[in-house]
Amino acid sequence: MSPLRETVETVERASGEYRYGFVTEIDEDRAPTGLNEEIVRFISAKKDEPDWLLEWRLKAFRMWLGLEDREPRWANVHFPKIDFQDACYYAAPKQEGDGPASLDEVDPELLRTYEKLGIPLREQEVLAGVAGAGNVAVDAVFDSVSVATTFQDKLAEMGVIFCPISEAVRDHPELVRKYLGSVVPQGDNFYAALNSAVFSDGSFVYVPKGVHCPMELSTYFRINARGTGQFERTLIIADEGSRVSYLEGCTAPQRDENQLHAAVVELVALKDAEIKYSTVQNWYPGDADGKGGIYNFVTKRGACRGADSKISWTQVETGSAITWKYPSVLLQGDRSIGEFYSVAISNLRQQADTGTKMIHLGRDTRSTIISKGISAGRGQQTYRGLVRVQPKADGARNFTQCDSLLIGDTCGGHTVPYIDVRHPGAEVAHEATTSRISDAQLFYCRQRGLDPEEAVSLIVNGFCREVLQQLPMEFAVEAQKLLGISLEGAVG
Amino acid sequence: MSEPLLRIRNLRASVDGQEVLKGIDLAVAAGEVAAIMGPNGSGKSTLSNVLAGRDGYEVTDGEVRYDGRDLLDMEPEERAAAGVFMAFQYPVEIPGVVNATFTRTALNAQRQARGESPIDAIDFLKRARETLGRLEMDEAFLRRDVNAGFSGGEKKRNEIFQMAMLEPRLAILDETDSGLDIDALRIVAMGVNAMRDGRRALVVITHYQRLLEYVVPDSVHVLADGRIARSGDRELALELERAGYAAFQPA
Repeated sequence: MSPLRETVETVERASGEYRYGFVTEIDEDRAPTGLNEEIVRFISAKKDEPDWLLEWRLKAFRMWLGLEDREPRWANVHFPKIDFQDACYYAAPKQEGDGPASLDEVDPELLRTYEKLGIPLREQEVLAGVAGAGNVAVDAVFDSVSVATTFQDKLAEMGVIFCPISEAVRDHPELVRKYLGSVVPQGDNFYAALNSAVFSDGSFVYVPKGVHCPMELSTYFRINARGTGQFERTLIIADEGSRVSYLEGCTAPQRDENQLHAAVVELVALKDAEIKYSTVQNWYPGDADGKGGIYNFVTKRGACRGADSKISWTQVETGSAITWKYPSVLLQGDRSIGEFYSVAISNLRQQADTGTKMIHLGRDTRSTIISKGISAGRGQQTYRGLVRVQPKADGARNFTQCDSLLIGDTCGGHTVPYIDVRHPGAEVAHEATTSRISDAQLFYCRQRGLDPEEAVSLIVNGFCREVLQQLPMEFAVEAQKLLGISLEGAVG
Repeated sequence: MSEPLLRIRNLRASVDGQEVLKGIDLAVAAGEVAAIMGPNGSGKSTLSNVLAGRDGYEVTDGEVRYDGRDLLDMEPEERAAAGVFMAFQYPVEIPGVVNATFTRTALNAQRQARGESPIDAIDFLKRARETLGRLEMDEAFLRRDVNAGFSGGEKKRNEIFQMAMLEPRLAILDETDSGLDIDALRIVAMGVNAMRDGRRALVVITHYQRLLEYVVPDSVHVLADGRIARSGDRELALELERAGYAAFQPA
């Protein structure tokens, strides 16, 4: 598989186009178009959910109705009004009877799709040491459902729960009930309310007290079906003294229409626990004229609930037509730490408004924000971040660095930092730079033998190094390549 | 006599519509070290930038043959792969990219363009360490970002290091000696002299005679007002040192 994959990738890379734009031909099970209480009930019934969750969803749906026409408008992104009644809120690969009990029962067409994407689902191969497979447990979400989760048994031995959230609702209802919506409440914002009403699948992770999760956990999101949105819901709980590193990756077919992806991710770190959450987002960005692409409207938030806990977000955002995303940390526990490392690229006509919120509540809490925004083509890139220090947060410290890199003269980079300090002893530092890839840098690289695209890729990777270093090794390499690919054609 | 490695005929070039090179004729043979001297504004840097293929320099007439090829028809990276190297007067900083990565990426890009196999990280490191040792440079150099926070002397030495690693056939040194203290000058000269193996050609562009005490040229050419005003041997450089460029300045 590996040499073949390499060939496929090489050919696709040579063509200089979005590599993941193919469609998998597969029978779908879909909800009727539109959104109303019946659809919410339909989704809940499809998943055979308990009453409490149906009620939870319906409450969210009513909140969403109350928020109707209250989409956030403050972001620096522009797109036609979305008709939420003109979308499908549930699509799943069709299957007979119950879900697959093992990988052997998964539709081979799906497995081929993930193979094409380079996602190692076949843990047998991983165990057999197939090159390039890596030691990573994967949960693969195809449109609205999880199709396979690997390494579950091995993780279970250590007490780590890693499964689709729909499965967690069934098998671990006490945990889900306790934590679902505890960081991002149903009515938090327009898109979070929508997600809470119609969320389909996503991953659930629970790491018990004192356990250091022995491998990277990863979820791979794929939108395949036409005219659907994806509304995944991820919940990660790190119990006292535990550690976990989690990575999500995303792709979608190349289509002329815009598709909505409105996820909610909640992280809970208890005393002494540490969660590292990394994202490599490569949804289809649309074409050079701004046609098609994913609308990526995502609410991600973590709560450092216990003392000495830590949550670290790392994101590499290269895809999507529009990105609206602010992975945040509530620093509740004393001495807790929040980190946000971000690389975001806007090429073609992509628009990204992304950043973070660090809310200091506990004593001696610390936060670090490193944001690298790259704009090329006709892309528009905005860093938007909030650092808030509450009156009881003695000794709170924050350091923020926002760097923007511009390539060409038809793109834009913007920095909008909000600093809200309500404690006289807080230390808050903000540094920002805006630079261009200069002709001198390009020429220097070319004089040494690099072609213009290699030169841009090298310079951009250097610009982003501080952030890329935060990624787990195998994903860092992927991310570096992705940066180069995303900027193809950015220089004339 | 065989064709020289580099032959420039009647080269005219403009910058922002202003003619700077007004008909240069110059031949440099393989194995030769040619010094090009001249007062400020005589066109020395324009000449090196035109040879390296920098944007913003418009060639209006003449031709440049390099190793039997039309140099002016090649992209900068093609020239590099064909063995043309320029040591920059003002080396550029590339934050976040370490020297080792930069130099290896460049070397492999050139090798790939020539149809050679890439050099792996271990072999590269071995060669880089040897080269640094020879140039009396610290190994920490490899881990530092390309030219970022380097002193003027360190930047110039980095150019020499890259030259040694890339092993060009034609090296153009654009005022590499300017702003160097005597130790750095000696090291730069050592690096340049190590390139003299009878097959490579060097074009040393300089304002002062100083470097030429260490790198003894085979030929010396005075560039004045966009033309080669006089050519000679080493003696010409010494004469310029005594008399200055007054004789070549426009009246």
